[in-house]
Amino acid sequence: MEQLFQTLYGIPLLGLVFQLGGYLVDRLPSIAPIVLGLAAPIALGALCGVMNERSGVVNIGIEGIMLIAAFVAFVAGAFAADAFPAEGSDVFGVTPALLIGVAAAVISAMLVSLLHAWLSISIRADQIISGTIINIAALGLTGYLNRLIISANPRAGAGTFKSFNPPDALVDLPIIGWVLNMFLDQGPIAMIVIVLVIVLQIMLFRSRWGLRTRAVGEHPKAADTVGIDVIALRYRNVIIGGAFAGLAGAYLTLEATSSFQNGMTSGRGFIALAAVIFGRWTPIGSFGAALMFTAAEALGVAIRFRPPDGDLAALGDVMTAIPNQVYGALPYIITIIILAGVVGRSIPPAAVGQPYYKESRA
Amino acid sequence: MSGGPSGPDQEPATDPKPAMDPSADAGPVIEAEAPQAASPQAAVPPPLPRDPVARFWSVAAVPIAAVVLALLVGSLIILASSFFAVGGFEPLLPVEAYSSLLRGSFGSVNGLVNTVVAATPLVLAGLAVGIGFKAGLFNIGAQGQFLMGALAAAGTGAALAQQPPPIAIGGALLAAAIGGGLWGFIPGALKAWTGAHEVVTTIMLNYIAAAVIGYLITGPLAAPGFSFARTGPVGNAALPIILGRNGHLGILIALLAVPLAYWLLWRSTLGFELRTVGANPNAARYAGMRPGLLTIFTLSLCGLLAGLAGGGQILGTSGFMNASYGTATGFDAIAVALLGRAHPVGILAASLLFGAMRAGSGLMQIEARIPVEIIDVIQAVILLFLAADVIVRRILRLRAARSGVDEIQTVTRSYGEQAAR
Repeated sequence: MEQLFQTLYGIPLLGLVFQLGGYLVDRLPSIAPIVLGLAAPIALGALCGVMNERSGVVNIGIEGIMLIAAFVAFVAGAFAADAFPAEGSDVFGVTPALLIGVAAAVISAMLVSLLHAWLSISIRADQIISGTIINIAALGLTGYLNRLIISANPRAGAGTFKSFNPPDALVDLPIIGWVLNMFLDQGPIAMIVIVLVIVLQIMLFRSRWGLRTRAVGEHPKAADTVGIDVIALRYRNVIIGGAFAGLAGAYLTLEATSSFQNGMTSGRGFIALAAVIFGRWTPIGSFGAALMFTAAEALGVAIRFRPPDGDLAALGDVMTAIPNQVYGALPYIITIIILAGVVGRSIPPAAVGQPYYKESRA
Repeated sequence: MSGGPSGPDQEPATDPKPAMDPSADAGPVIEAEAPQAASPQAAVPPPLPRDPVARFWSVAAVPIAAVVLALLVGSLIILASSFFAVGGFEPLLPVEAYSSLLRGSFGSVNGLVNTVVAATPLVLAGLAVGIGFKAGLFNIGAQGQFLMGALAAAGTGAALAQQPPPIAIGGALLAAAIGGGLWGFIPGALKAWTGAHEVVTTIMLNYIAAAVIGYLITGPLAAPGFSFARTGPVGNAALPIILGRNGHLGILIALLAVPLAYWLLWRSTLGFELRTVGANPNAARYAGMRPGLLTIFTLSLCGLLAGLAGGGQILGTSGFMNASYGTATGFDAIAVALLGRAHPVGILAASLLFGAMRAGSGLMQIEARIPVEIIDVIQAVILLFLAADVIVRRILRLRAARSGVDEIQTVTRSYGEQAAR
């Protein structure tokens, strides 16, 4: 067996691919929980994107919605922690303050989404401009209030949710143990992501709501003709989508870290957009894309600390020779390649970006 | 794809270009491709009045009103935040804040120069976004192009630091133009050849630019002898000061770019084709123009302008670049282009406004204890009023005035058609 691998690894060029496989099998189990944790906000943002774009609304404001939600989660949590000090529960370390923070984040995100919905559905403003405005406003507003409120109370905060520690017996299971660990060694928000992804996937392709959403995204006129209220459906989807982005924001300030920094979403909303495209506008696909993107990033970090060695030395040389920034930029590069149709096309819903005029002759 | 619900979406009903400049020979040709099916919601705006004052108002009323309304909203926000800023309700705080903002930006010679210096990159980057709008392209990538121009200028400037100033400056600015231009060429070529929508590709390229900068500045371009990763000093490539204490040559470049952009858009064949493609790509193709090539040209030109903005910042103000060099100029540029209605003169005016707010905000933070970030909030509210121009027009009772962003109605409509050719 050992010999077989050594022969495989020895093949010029192709051997590197086998070595990469070997490296991933060896290393992935240990970084898997981190990868999922990094992917959680991106996947939630992507769910928001899927909800929007499947019903025909472009939302590039996910980044801004997430940022506002992250800020609101932190501030609401901090104030609530002052008002109701409490010990965290055994599992997840839940406190009333944390729950209030999450609720506030989700509500604020839905309100911002309502603004986007109003601008792009009712006012029929350019949807990309509406999203851009939300991004600019989010950066400014949170920066302003951060200086005003948080900087003045540097020790405020609601703490974080705790990760669930899966029992060792489960983690040690062969082959699937690390996958279970990946999904279970998480806080509540990251853990719920996989549930949301699956539910939304089923809903989108197996429910009446899903069929209607897709119809409205592809051909709103036809959907209208059969009695679907295009405007109401778009409003509903944009606002519910906002709730996902709100959860992503809450994850950043109440689960991943316990602080707020200006611009802390640092492009996650845009990677989410990329994940939507890469995942071909499906929840599962974009979740996979988010995992892949963050795995590339985590791998970049892992290589810096423990490059492949021994049998894998050849691979180690190649991987350490690649500048670290390449791993970070991979999601963006891959998205462009996908969009350009070099590796398979990804075709968006036909009516994305087009406001709907109910009475127009079309 | 073109069989989709296309009626009101593809008509250039809101295209004000022929009327904007009646003397231009462009007029009759664009009118020939007049809207086919005007829905009541997307009515054709009335022709611009001949009287110059009335004409100015019909174009500028909405942007000016948006600015005034945003300042009012800003004063409400300042009022509401007075509890945090000065620890009590202070009804005069908005007045205090705005007056120190004014004094900081226009109250002294230094303030004035600071305003102009802050406006300089905004003019160039604003044109980079605005010209894109005219061609029906939404260049969100001005930020990446700005950064690549800055990187190229910093690297070349450091390499040419010992050369005579004309060579050093010329070389570094050329590098900035090429660096930015390349970063504009890529999304242009991708759109022309593969149909990848520029909104997504330029956002991605913004981040790729940041990665490239992180790599080059911590690696090959890092200058030895500094405690943090940065490029070497630009030496002789530094732009000469031509105005006050810190008014550098970049001001002149920005001022030159405005009439040049105007000439290009309304006095040249290329500009005519560019605007035609923006208004109606199908009509342009039918008339024998080549939308693909024009897209590549436009985005490369946009990148060049944004690159020059970045180069000007490095060579004119900071003198070097570090790995975390990041100003939001490319995003402010979007606001500038929208407020200036994608017109070079409008962009100049909007840049001066935003530049003044940036230049004065420091004094405002010191005197009125209102964080400088209020500027970003006000900018965002301005954009909000521009996008929701219905409200503005209702407040002003302006039926006839043009909407704030009608030049760019075609941008998002094409989003769903990407990659579907």
